[in-house]
Parts: sequence; C-alpha cells; structure tokens
Amino acid sequence: MFAPRLFGSGKIRGGVHPDGRKDATSDRPILTNLPLPSRLYVPLNQHSGDDALPLVRPGDRVLKGQLIGKASGRVSASIHAPTSGTVLAIEAVTMPHPSGLPAMAVIIEPDGDDRWIEIPTPPDPFSLDPDVLASKVEEAGVVGMGGAIFPAAIKLRQGRRFEIQTLIINGSECEPFLTTDDRLMQERADEIVEGTRLIRKIIEAYRAVIAIEDNKPAAIAAIQAAANKVGAIEVMVVPAHYPMGSAKQLIQAVTGLEVPAGKRSNDIGVLVHNVATAWAIQQALVYGKPLLSRVTTVAGACVAQPQNVEVLFGTPIEHVFKVCGGLTGVPARLLMGGPMMGQILPSLDVPIIKGSSGVLALSKAEVNAHTSSPCIRCARCVDACPMGLVPLEMARNSRADKLDAAQEFGLRDCILCGSCAYVCPSHIPLVQYFEYAKGELADRRSSQQKQEYTKGLIDARKERLEQERLAKEAAKAAKEAAKAAKDAARAAAKAEKEAAQAKTQHPESTTTSPADNCVREEQP
Amino acid sequence: MLTATLVLTLMGLILGGLLGLASRAFASNDDNPLVKEVESMLPGSQCGQCGLPGCGPAAEAIVNGTAAVTCCPPGGRALAESLAKKLDIDISTLGAAAVPQLAVINAEQCTGCTRCYKACPTDAIVGASKQLHSVISAACTGCSQCVAACPEDCISLQAETLSLTTWHWHKPEAA
Repeated sequence: MFAPRLFGSGKIRGGVHPDGRKDATSDRPILTNLPLPSRLYVPLNQHSGDDALPLVRPGDRVLKGQLIGKASGRVSASIHAPTSGTVLAIEAVTMPHPSGLPAMAVIIEPDGDDRWIEIPTPPDPFSLDPDVLASKVEEAGVVGMGGAIFPAAIKLRQGRRFEIQTLIINGSECEPFLTTDDRLMQERADEIVEGTRLIRKIIEAYRAVIAIEDNKPAAIAAIQAAANKVGAIEVMVVPAHYPMGSAKQLIQAVTGLEVPAGKRSNDIGVLVHNVATAWAIQQALVYGKPLLSRVTTVAGACVAQPQNVEVLFGTPIEHVFKVCGGLTGVPARLLMGGPMMGQILPSLDVPIIKGSSGVLALSKAEVNAHTSSPCIRCARCVDACPMGLVPLEMARNSRADKLDAAQEFGLRDCILCGSCAYVCPSHIPLVQYFEYAKGELADRRSSQQKQEYTKGLIDARKERLEQERLAKEAAKAAKEAAKAAKDAARAAAKAEKEAAQAKTQHPESTTTSPADNCVREEQP
Repeated sequence: MLTATLVLTLMGLILGGLLGLASRAFASNDDNPLVKEVESMLPGSQCGQCGLPGCGPAAEAIVNGTAAVTCCPPGGRALAESLAKKLDIDISTLGAAAVPQLAVINAEQCTGCTRCYKACPTDAIVGASKQLHSVISAACTGCSQCVAACPEDCISLQAETLSLTTWHWHKPEAA
C-alpha cells in the first residue's frame, strides 16, 4: 500500500548518467580580474519577471556597484553597474537566448579605473532582523544563480511565510562540463558556509544541509572543513546522477520527501538555494556588495584553455572566449548553460548575464547530431523520466496539438531535464516538443487573461459613461432648479418692489397690500 | 372634431393594451441559450473584426455555423479552442486562428485630437488634447475603432511583435 519512502537515501527516480567531462576545468583555479572589454552590454532583464527600470541616461558617469536599473513589478530584480565608466546608450541588444531576439540593455564604456561607489560598512548581519536582511538581498539584486534566475529575496520572503524544516544548499552540479559550483566550493567554502547560515537565519530553518555529488571530492572536503568550524551545518554527499541538481530531485535525495504535483518545495517545508546564490547573499549581507559578476565555466572542445572565470555581467561572450585563449575552430554549437538543459546561443555577440553558469563551444563530435526516426514505443523515456511521467505520450499529443491530453500525461510537471531525449534510441527531440507545448499553453493562458482583463475594462468604461450621463442629467436638473429658484426670487422681488411703489403712491394704506385695499373697499 | 379625437385615442389605447397583453401571453422562448453562452465567451468589445456587426451577431453566426470558431482575432487560438470544445468541433480541423492585432499610433502624424481614445472601447489609448496619444498594448484588443475615428489616418493595426517572454520553440519537424 505504501510506496517505500526514500528517506534521505540519496536516491532519485529515473535519471541518466551522462559522461561528466568536468576534468578539463575542475582542477584549474577560477580566473579573476579579467581584462575589461571595450563595452559592457548590461541587460535590464537578467532575471525571471519584469524588466528593471533604467535609472541612468546616455552620457551619465557611473561607478562600480551603482544602481542603474531599479526592480519594478511584483517579480523583478535590481541591476548595478559592473564597473565604472560612461553610459553610451540604453538600447535593444541581442540576448543570450535561442530566439536571438533583442531586449533593452544599458551599454557602458568602461573607464578602466574600476572605481567603486562608496559602500558604508554594513552592521553585523547576524544582529539584524530577518526581514531587513531579505530587503538587503533584494537591494543587491541577487537572483537564483543555479539557472532559475528567480529573485532570491522573493524566495526568502516566501520561505518566511512557511515553516521550513530543511534548507538545502545545492552543490550537486549534475550538468556535464560545468564546474562553476565545484570551483566556488573549493575556493570560497567559508563564504558559502557563512551564506548558508545567513539564509538559514532569514528563513528560520531547523536544519541546513549542503548537498554535493560524490564526483567532487575536493569540494566536499573544503565545505566539510568550513562547516566543521561553525557547526550545525550538515554536509551530505549524494550520488552523481543526472538530474540531481534539479530542486525536486535533490529534495527527494536529501529528505526522502516528494514535492506533490503542482506544489512548491515550500509546501513540504523545504527551501533550496544554489551554492553560488549562498555566496552572493553572503557578499551582499557581510560586505554590502551588489551582484556584479559571476563565476562561469568556459569549456568545450573548441576552447583553447577551458577554465572557470569570474566575469562581469554584460561582458560579451566573445571577450570571454578570447580571455580563455580564443576558439580553436568553428564551434558546431554555442551553449549557455550545460549540454543537457543549456540554451543554444544565436551568436558570439551576446552578454554574460546573472544566470550564465557556463558558456560552451562544442565541436561537431561533442554535439552528436542525429536525424530522428519514428517512435518505437520502447518506453526507455518512461524509465528515464525523473518525474515519473510518460514522455512518449506527451510528445505524441504535443505533436498532434492535443495539449490537454499532453497535460494529462504530465506536461505540467515536466522539468525539461532532457533525460528522455538523452536515452531515446530514435533520437526524437522530445524536449523541443515539450518546450513547444508549454509555450503554446502559456500563449493561451495569456490571451485568456488578456480577454478577461479587456472585458473588465469594457465594463468599467460602460459604467463610467453611464455615471457621466447621470451626473450630466443631475447637473442639468440642478441648473434648471436653480434657474426656477432664481426666477421665483426675481418674481418675489418684483412683487415687493411693486408693493413698495404702491405704498408711496397711496400713503393712507400703511401696512396692507393693494389687494387688501380692494377687498376692504368692497366691504360695505 | 372632439368625437373623432376621443375615438381615435380610445382605439389606440385599447389596441395598444391588447398588443401589450398578447406579447406577454404569447411570448416565444425560442432564443437559443447557446448563443448567450457563446456571446459571454467572446471578448465583448463589439469590434467587428470578424466581419459581423458585434459580438452578439457573431455568437449567433458561430452557433449557426455560418462563421468559423476561429473568426475572432482578439480571442486568438485560446478562444477558438474553447469554442470548439463547447460546440463539439474537432480541434484538429480548426486550422490557423486569426492573429491578434494591436493598434499603433504614428507619432509623427498624431495631432492630439482625442478622437481615438474617445472611440476606444477598452480605454487602451491615453493622451490629452494636443498631446501625443499612445496605445497601452496590454489593453488593446485590435478592434480597429480608433483606426476609423482617426482623422489623420495615423493609426494602423500590426501583429504583436515577439519578445523574449512570448517567444517559444516551434514544433519540431515531424520524424
């Protein structure tokens, strides 16, 4: 009757074991203080949610860390100048997105001084109120650095509304090629542990666990050593198993709990943050530093010197490749993120943003392109799906545009991890089908919402016009009444005047009106 | 003269009363309730982009089968599908839905005459007398009433441009 609960056993359902290919970068230190590019293209939207509002004009001088884009809307994040320089323009530039569509960005010409704006020494964060700390995280523009790019402060505030039993700091980094979290944990373990303690203080979690995959022994040792210094932070080693780094799978591996369909991790008392987010939160709260740069893995067979680099946001990826020795050939595919879930890049002229965990220049051999053939219903994708869904049926229905049926087979719960497409012997682009179907469904939802919104507007307008009409009528009636009253007053005044005249003409009648006189005269 | 007036008035009153009573007593209930339901699903901006004089006649035409469920550009694909479901039409036979359009004001030609925003059924145009008017695209249904109202002929309808949030992957080529 009861399914066996995987209580913290480190196991997840389904999944795959892709070749890690992390050796090229995991042993090389993070390269910092890169030469500045000639221009920085800082997008106003580097997060999920609404664009930040620009606070600068072309020609303005900005200092490093200065707020140049203010969060606006319910879900948004602030943007800061990554270095000192001059704002050249605020215009649309091509985004690191498979569509190749442009979006607004602040273009900054660095002056080379890299001069910081004055940052007052912040008070000890452990003495502050959790809500104050969450606001500071918001001011620093911190977003989820694992790839979801959801504003961190909103997630922290949501966490405060729930009773969080377990805070999980995600250091599993299951994507092949990527080693940014690995290097960060090796080199900045103390900061990550302090960040973990701060997040735990904000959300008042009972337990804090830093979960790391077992293929990163150096990171495990570094984090363990740092955690031992402070105590009360658990380090858990989880098996290297794709997609362990996905929040829902990691929760299952660490706590044994499964997030129910359509619910969030908050609902079962768990909150997950990435190690890089923990680092960014620590920098914001301890030093008052806004998020200006991130560590990104530059790898792939076409990169001369693959390594991790700490890059300022807005740096064109062409510059990043140049710093890493340039490209050795024409890459068959450019990716932002890992090969399983990363996004195809339209060109080299796109900037690094807050969510860029890696930039990969893959050779033809690494891309391993196939033409797809029809589905043979082998159900390997069903076995591989970590969410327990039926990918072959989801794809079949998406292809026939039967989106409701696709949803019944679990489209809504699909995390787009790509495990199904990885194992498919027919090389069917399953994830693309799901991306298409999810996009179509989102389109429909938004047009439905717009229709409801405009219907409300039409009703509001009708009501307003009706009220205006009534008000006009009332005003007209009032005017007429006023006119009538005026007329009456004038008539009365006239009558009085006449009476006065009559009085002067007939001095014998003292207080009576002419009519009274008549009546009296008629009396015998 | 007086008799004639009285007789005619009396006749008018009696016949009018009879007609009124008859309309109550013999009222027919053949209004298709489905038309009402379909009308409530339509956007209700009476824009006439479907080629019919408003959402009421459009609902009637859709129910009678003289207009396609895909005829409503502001409703888009979502409306077409929910209508198809309501009317038991196979979704796969629908074909492409009309694409939603948005009004765009040419800033160089606008004189700020205020006529377009007075005509807009959704209050989607903002402006003031002798000031440049502008369309709030989130509220625009593409009903084209402003296009007809504009004396400068400076409003046009254009398909919505894709942004990073509205773009999504196309369907893969069939295997």
